[in-house]
Formats: sequence, structure tokens, C-alpha cells
Amino acid sequence: MNEVYLVAGMAGVTFFIRYIMHPASGRVEFPKLLERMLAYVPPAVLSAIILPAIIYPSGKAQMVSMENPYLIGGIGAFAVGWWTKNLLATIVAGMGIFLAWQWFLG
Amino acid sequence: MWAKGNFTMEPPQPSQMQTTAAETRGSPSAEFFAGARDTFPLVVGAAPFGIIFGTLAGTAGLSFWAAMGMSVFVFAGASQFIAAGMVAIGTAWPIIVITTLIVNLRHLLYGASMVPYYKTLPRFWKIVLSFGLTDETFAVAIRRYRKKDNSDHKHFYNLGSMVFMYSNWNLCTLVGLTMGKTFPGIATLGLDFAMPATFIGMVIPYLTKSPMWASVITAGSVALMTNSLPHKIGLMIAALSGVATGIIVELMCERNCSR
Repeated sequence: MNEVYLVAGMAGVTFFIRYIMHPASGRVEFPKLLERMLAYVPPAVLSAIILPAIIYPSGKAQMVSMENPYLIGGIGAFAVGWWTKNLLATIVAGMGIFLAWQWFLG
Repeated sequence: MWAKGNFTMEPPQPSQMQTTAAETRGSPSAEFFAGARDTFPLVVGAAPFGIIFGTLAGTAGLSFWAAMGMSVFVFAGASQFIAAGMVAIGTAWPIIVITTLIVNLRHLLYGASMVPYYKTLPRFWKIVLSFGLTDETFAVAIRRYRKKDNSDHKHFYNLGSMVFMYSNWNLCTLVGLTMGKTFPGIATLGLDFAMPATFIGMVIPYLTKSPMWASVITAGSVALMTNSLPHKIGLMIAALSGVATGIIVELMCERNCSR
């Protein structure tokens, strides 16, 4: 892994996004539609990461079964999160359910 | 820094934030400390995630310096988590950089909102404040800028908020990394599940309206269908499909949805 490129690249694009409007201001009009589209970006990216992570825990084999603690933990975390609307409670309960299930399966 | 479910141009209205000490005074140092003080609740909220990021980064396969470097130079929590997750599954670095760009695109809106307030500042200030324009500092600082008093030092308030968030984030990353090193067994305990668990918690606040549900379900399903594609390009396809679905449903809803 080229970690230097990774960190430099991430830092570069993030700063670029945060800064670019200042030198560009007055010259570009921010399209309203783009603005509304951007609101979907974080949850779409997050769920595109979550689903494969809990359904393909090894990266290759699909595991839609009770034998898969990632799936059970994910469902549990969602239920707790939906109920409490509390980020920290979601993580702690999700981890707890995941670990308990893993232990239960041996 | 954390996705809070509020990425519109209007800043969130955190109810716990009351008056600012800087309203009456307005000296640079008074503004600075008022900014830090008003950011305190958000610092408390961000702390556990800095620690989790530090511990996860190790188990994901990032070196100490790469993880620390992200917090020092990138300073964008959600994208750092996603990057760590992508490193763990062996994603090529250019894909991670492009993903970072897309995940952080919402900061364009923050930058745009700050244009009228940063306009008169010297370039050095614009650079520093832009670097620290996280979700939290944006939310706190924009409220100060929009207050009607004529303080000439509101940018010090912004700076105070940013410095507090930044020191906290880096300290917590360091604590997390150290914990991960001191207890190497921590990796086999299933901490790798902390990331999906955190992400699930971050998605839930968004799930209020049908376009968002459609977007999230589409992104998740497409990600599953494209899971076997190389370099995790399936992730990009899935995210873009989700965004497209969301905006299409939203536009359709404007005309047809009865609420």
C-alpha cells in the first residue's frame, strides 16, 4: 500500500473541496440540483460499504445465514439505532450483539 | 466531521448552544475562546470516534504514521473511516482518493456558504479556516458569522472552534492507535465489526424520507451485485446509483407524492 500517496491524495482532494469556492467565487454559480444531489452522497456511500461488509465478511463468499455474526450484528445495530437514535448506543450494542453471537457460535 | 443528517445550506440548529460570550466583547481572544467553548458538545461527540478510528486503522492495516497522517493532514472523520475500511479490503489508493473526493463533496457547500464571510480575510486565513471546515466547525461558526453584531473578529471564533476540534481529533486518534498497539489481541476480538456498526449508526439519522430510503436501498443492493468487480469500483457504481435514485425519487415526489 502506497500510504504516502494515499494520505497526500486524500489531504489534497479534501482541502481542494473545502477551499476552492473562495478563489472561484464570483465566477461560478452553484447549481441547485447538484446541491440537492450532494445530500445523498454520505448515506449512499456508507450503505454501499455496509452491505458487502456484513454479507460478504470474508470478501468472497456470500453468507446470508444465522452462522454469520456480521449479519446478525448488523441487523441488531440497525434495530438498536432505529430505536434509540443514538450513535454511541448503536455502536456499543452492535458490537455487543456481534461479539455475543460470535461467542455463541464458538 | 460526522455525518449528522444535515447537509443543507442552512446550518443545523443545535439546541444546546446558547449565547456566545463574544457577542458583547469581540476582542480576538474573547472570540477565540467563545468559539472553543461553543464547540465543546461537538468535541465530546467526536472523541469516541477519534479513538475508534485510531484502533480500527491499525486493524485495517494502516501504519501508525499513515493513520496519524490522515488525522493531521486530511482531518475529515467520515472519509477517514471509509478509507480505513477500504484499505482493510485491499482497495487501490487512487480509488480511495476518488472516494474521499466524493464523500467530502458536501464540503463544497460549506465553502460556498463561507464565501461572503471569508471574502475580506487575507489568503492565509482563508487557507487555514478552509482546512478546518469540518461539519462541526461549519455548524458552529456559520451561526456566529450570521449574528448581526459588528465584531471584526468573528474569524477568531471560527479559529477557536477549529483548533479545539483539531486537537481533540488528533489526540483521540493517538489514543486509539496506542490502545490498538498495547493490546494487539484487540484485532481478533472482532473490532473489525466496529466500522460497519459505526456506519449503520451514521446512516440511520438520514432515513427520514422516502427518497433517502430509495437511495440507501439502491446503493446497498448495487454494492452487493457489483461486489466481485476489481478494485472495489463496485462501490463507486453503487454510490452513484444511490445518489441518482435519491434525486430522481425526490424530483418525482415533488409532483406526485402525497404527504
